[in-house]
Amino acid sequence: MSFRDLLAYSAGALRGHRLRAGLSLLGVAIGIASVVLLTSLGEGARTYVTGEFASLGSNLLIVTPGKTETTGMAPLVSVAPHDLTLGDVEAIARRVRQVRRVAPLSFGAAPAAVGARRRDITVAGTTAEFQGVRHVHIGVGRYLPAGDLERGGPVCVIGAKIQQELFAGENPLGEIVRLGDERFRVVGVMAPRGLSIGLDLDEMVHIPVVRALKLFNRAGLFRLLIEVGSHEEIPAAKKAVIEVLRARHEGQEDFTILTQDSVLSTFGRILALLTAALAGIAAISLTVAGVGIMNVMLVSVSERTREIGLLKALGVTKRQVVAVFLVEAAILSAAGGAAGLVVAFAATRTFTAVYPGFPIEPPTWAVAAAAVVSVSVGLLFGTLPARHAARLEPVAALARR
Amino acid sequence: MIELLRVCRDYEVGGRPVHALRHIDLSVPDGDYLSIMGPSGSGKSTLLNVIGCLDRPTSGSYRVDGREVAGLSDDKLSLLRQKGFGFVFQAYHLVPRLTAQGNVELPMLFAGVEPGERTRRATKALDRVGLAERALHTAEQLSGGERQRVAIARAVVMGPKVVLADEPTGNLDMAAGGEILKLLEEMNADGLTLLLVTHEPALGRRARHHLRLVDGAISGEEREGP
Repeated sequence: MSFRDLLAYSAGALRGHRLRAGLSLLGVAIGIASVVLLTSLGEGARTYVTGEFASLGSNLLIVTPGKTETTGMAPLVSVAPHDLTLGDVEAIARRVRQVRRVAPLSFGAAPAAVGARRRDITVAGTTAEFQGVRHVHIGVGRYLPAGDLERGGPVCVIGAKIQQELFAGENPLGEIVRLGDERFRVVGVMAPRGLSIGLDLDEMVHIPVVRALKLFNRAGLFRLLIEVGSHEEIPAAKKAVIEVLRARHEGQEDFTILTQDSVLSTFGRILALLTAALAGIAAISLTVAGVGIMNVMLVSVSERTREIGLLKALGVTKRQVVAVFLVEAAILSAAGGAAGLVVAFAATRTFTAVYPGFPIEPPTWAVAAAAVVSVSVGLLFGTLPARHAARLEPVAALARR
Repeated sequence: MIELLRVCRDYEVGGRPVHALRHIDLSVPDGDYLSIMGPSGSGKSTLLNVIGCLDRPTSGSYRVDGREVAGLSDDKLSLLRQKGFGFVFQAYHLVPRLTAQGNVELPMLFAGVEPGERTRRATKALDRVGLAERALHTAEQLSGGERQRVAIARAVVMGPKVVLADEPTGNLDMAAGGEILKLLEEMNADGLTLLLVTHEPALGRRARHHLRLVDGAISGEEREGP
């Protein structure tokens, strides 16, 4: 029996119960569409985040206090006998050739007040260099003034949202903000930026780093951001920074240097895991669709008991009976898979039209896998009913009414 | 040539053994016209199924053209059914979604006969049973008599030596039944071995060779002519 004849015969049998076939086909279509769509979303998120990081500049080194064996966003186990100090910042700026800018960072929360309005606020202590390192845009006024690291005037730059909340939209330039017990004069407002990875600049107040350390009563910095001339200089700069800091920390390497690459790869891993989780959820719906196919095929087998008995009387072998029902199941699931792919592509197109900024594109591997899986689902879940059919005794099958 | 020697067929119904066939000795030469008669439950159909290799004897020897069937594998049995036997059932057993032509082509489809050859042979077989102009009607659009003609065309299209007919006129009126029987007898006259199971004595008497079963055992056998 040729495969074409087999296909024609099985397809003819499917046409005999269109509604049932259509419904189980729908099940597979939904399963496949969700696999492709969810993995597209996951991959899209990964591409998006990667793009965001790249826009921050790939020529950044981040120094955090404490040494950790795990690479990642932040050190998990900190043994920091030495703080990162402003002296370290100066030493790096002076002695490491590749450095273009160094921005120290100190973070803390403080109660802020303007007149009677008050709220708790995230305060970042840094320097004028920060503007260049993190591409901060100024709405009105100016950023923190350049000047001596160890001295800084009582000035601050506020986020767009802070301006709304504390100044109710009035011009804040030259006005006074109280942070804790200290008074800071507003010199600028940062342009609204929305969420940027890691920092929400809209809800932040920036003050000179030396003031922040005093405000929070700290000796050590939270982080150093070092910008080098180009991405190629990163390894050499990293080595030089390690040397300088070691010399200053009595030979100990009690700090961690992160590069964008390592941060990126961590994010990449997390998001790949997310994609896998989404694919897992989608796989469940595909399994449900498979059970649907099995159900339809079992009904088909019991409905066509007499036909199977007849085939056996005509000298059709067990293997051929199995093939008839397997091909039927495979046709169902392959057609469902094709429909699912069409739906998925249509949905991603629509998504792209609505949110042009978010890169959503069905990954090639997911499409290929969906095509393979849809046929295998049919074969896998068609096996049981097909074997069931092949095992029927011809005499009993023919006698059934 | 069909030879049965002390063939028994037992099975269990509700834990109780049933002896459907008891020590059947039977020899059917090529071209014979044998009628198998007996009350219902006497084992007529079981005997026909054993002869047609749809069922296996529990014990005894069954030979087709001198070849022992008992030890054959499932696939060999399938091949034997495909080439050696044609079945005609009381309930026709046509595939309802297929046309008359499609039903007649069915055994050839699974035997791997080329499409062109299939059409040619099916058309010829339908013509032989007088249904050439109904070839493209589906089984559901045909009358009972027409359906049985399609079934006969299907039974002979692979060119078997033996046709096994189990109450082929049981669902038909006198006129249609008579035509069906006449058709089968014509094929027998052309050299086909015909085994006819019936419970109607009037029909059974038309055969040359009669077998009577009671309770799974042969209670009488007679042969006319040489």
